[in-house]
Amino acid sequence: MSLTIENAAIELGARRVVEGASLRVAAGEIVALLGPNGAGKTSLMRAGLGLLPLAAGAARLGDTDARMLSLRERALRAAYSPQRPQAIWPLSVERLVALGRYAHGAAPDRLSPRDQTPVDAALEACALTPLRARGMDELSGGEKARAHLARALAQQAPLLVLDEPTAGLDPAQALAVADVLAAQAAAGRAVLISTHDVTLALRMAHRFVVLREGRVLAMGDAAALTPDVLQAAYGRAARIEAGRGAPYAVFD
Amino acid sequence: MSARVSLALAAFGALALLAALWLGPTPLGNVFAADEATRTIVWEIRFPRALAAWVVGAALGLTGAALQGLLRNPLADAGVLGVSGFAALGAVLAFAFGVAALAPLGAIVFAFGAAMLVTALGWRTRGPASLVLIGVGLSSLAGGLIALALNLAPNPGALADLVNWTLGSVEGRSLQDVALAGGLLIFGAALIFAAGRGLQALTLGEEAAAAIGADLSRTRMLVVLGAAACAGGATAIAGVIGFVGVAAPHLLRPFVGHDPARLLLPSALAGGAIVVCADLAVRLIPTDTELKLGVAAALVGGPVFALIAARLASRGGDA
Repeated sequence: MSLTIENAAIELGARRVVEGASLRVAAGEIVALLGPNGAGKTSLMRAGLGLLPLAAGAARLGDTDARMLSLRERALRAAYSPQRPQAIWPLSVERLVALGRYAHGAAPDRLSPRDQTPVDAALEACALTPLRARGMDELSGGEKARAHLARALAQQAPLLVLDEPTAGLDPAQALAVADVLAAQAAAGRAVLISTHDVTLALRMAHRFVVLREGRVLAMGDAAALTPDVLQAAYGRAARIEAGRGAPYAVFD
Repeated sequence: MSARVSLALAAFGALALLAALWLGPTPLGNVFAADEATRTIVWEIRFPRALAAWVVGAALGLTGAALQGLLRNPLADAGVLGVSGFAALGAVLAFAFGVAALAPLGAIVFAFGAAMLVTALGWRTRGPASLVLIGVGLSSLAGGLIALALNLAPNPGALADLVNWTLGSVEGRSLQDVALAGGLLIFGAALIFAAGRGLQALTLGEEAAAAIGADLSRTRMLVVLGAAACAGGATAIAGVIGFVGVAAPHLLRPFVGHDPARLLLPSALAGGAIVVCADLAVRLIPTDTELKLGVAAALVGGPVFALIAARLASRGGDA
């Protein structure tokens, strides 16, 4: 399952927040959306899934226009986790993860074996099995983030769209999330993430899309992240260093 | 756990109903005695009254749990949000215009209108306090319009009817009243239970719920219609009885958890038992004029509501 966005324009109220943006995420790859706050990353992700209308352009999940899909069809194709995922009622971790089975017709409190298996697998993948009975209000920030990621994984959609999945996490927790996403991509899923952590993005993503004020500044592999692009995106001198294990970003 | 709690609450409700047949200002040795006086007291006065109390409580408990799930807000309830106030206004207008037979219909139609309005206004509020403020506004409007109706009441008799209605009571209710509210409870409950999975999905917030495939328009419509039917039916036969819808789910969360769908049935059963017990209490309290059920509910429920709100605020849950 691929996600394709072509020449997207997005308006929030009277303001055009994205203009002429295109990207493609194919099966088996992780694409990282980079850019400063307000660059239009979240709007582009939401519009790509049909959660936000496009003022111009097109968004396709596979071969189908995202807007033509029913809610259920879309959820079976793409799992989405918003920037600040919520658990308004402090459900148990397992029940929150089980909400990922909604589009498969399951109620989280009455899972069939067919639904229980992917829930167990998602809990395991996110190292949450020992915490499955714990309430969401009893978790640390990192554990909460992993629970929401597990919820998205339990959806078993071939496309994962995650808006800042590592925001607010310590390096170990962020790397744990990155490892989970790398494993998902290796298993054939398409993954689109947004992040402010350029170094973490370099570690896990195959390709990068850099946004600034709603427009795509650069797109491609790590070589696309030139000092000029980073300077233009973030307004500060920056460069990518090779590093011993993986490249990393340095902001002056 | 939820099933066991429901079973225990159903049993407790049944016991409370039985106690309501037996206890009262007129002492009865055997409630099943065949003499005319006992049969009249038990089966024509106490039984319909107790059953009406149970149906009203169940409707309000269920409405509270459903609205709390829909609006993701533990302070939501038909009374707090003004739905009951508007239902009462519908009934009062029917009385004021001399068409008392249309009072139940008026209550239901106005309950529906208020439920639509509060859902539209409260859907995007960010916390309990904002939603309660909307409810305060709507309740005040309903209260003002009811006061206007009282002010313009055509005669003292009509005025007394109107006042009694707004105080809330199940005194003197018949089995026909029970059938009306009970039918609406069954109809409303069917709609609300059909929205159960949508309420669970809403735990993730509006956008993530839509992203897992939940049809939020359907969920909202089912709950609004269901809550309007339940609260409208309850208010149509008993007037305004507040706070049951806030208290029932709140009391149950420690036992059945926070899953909004799993709270629905226990909240209905708890609401029924609470109102039967409360009505029993107002019958047994030795006052010259019987204390009205709505007044007793407000006297007990008000502080409970304040306590819940304070606890939420201390956890940073207010807006």
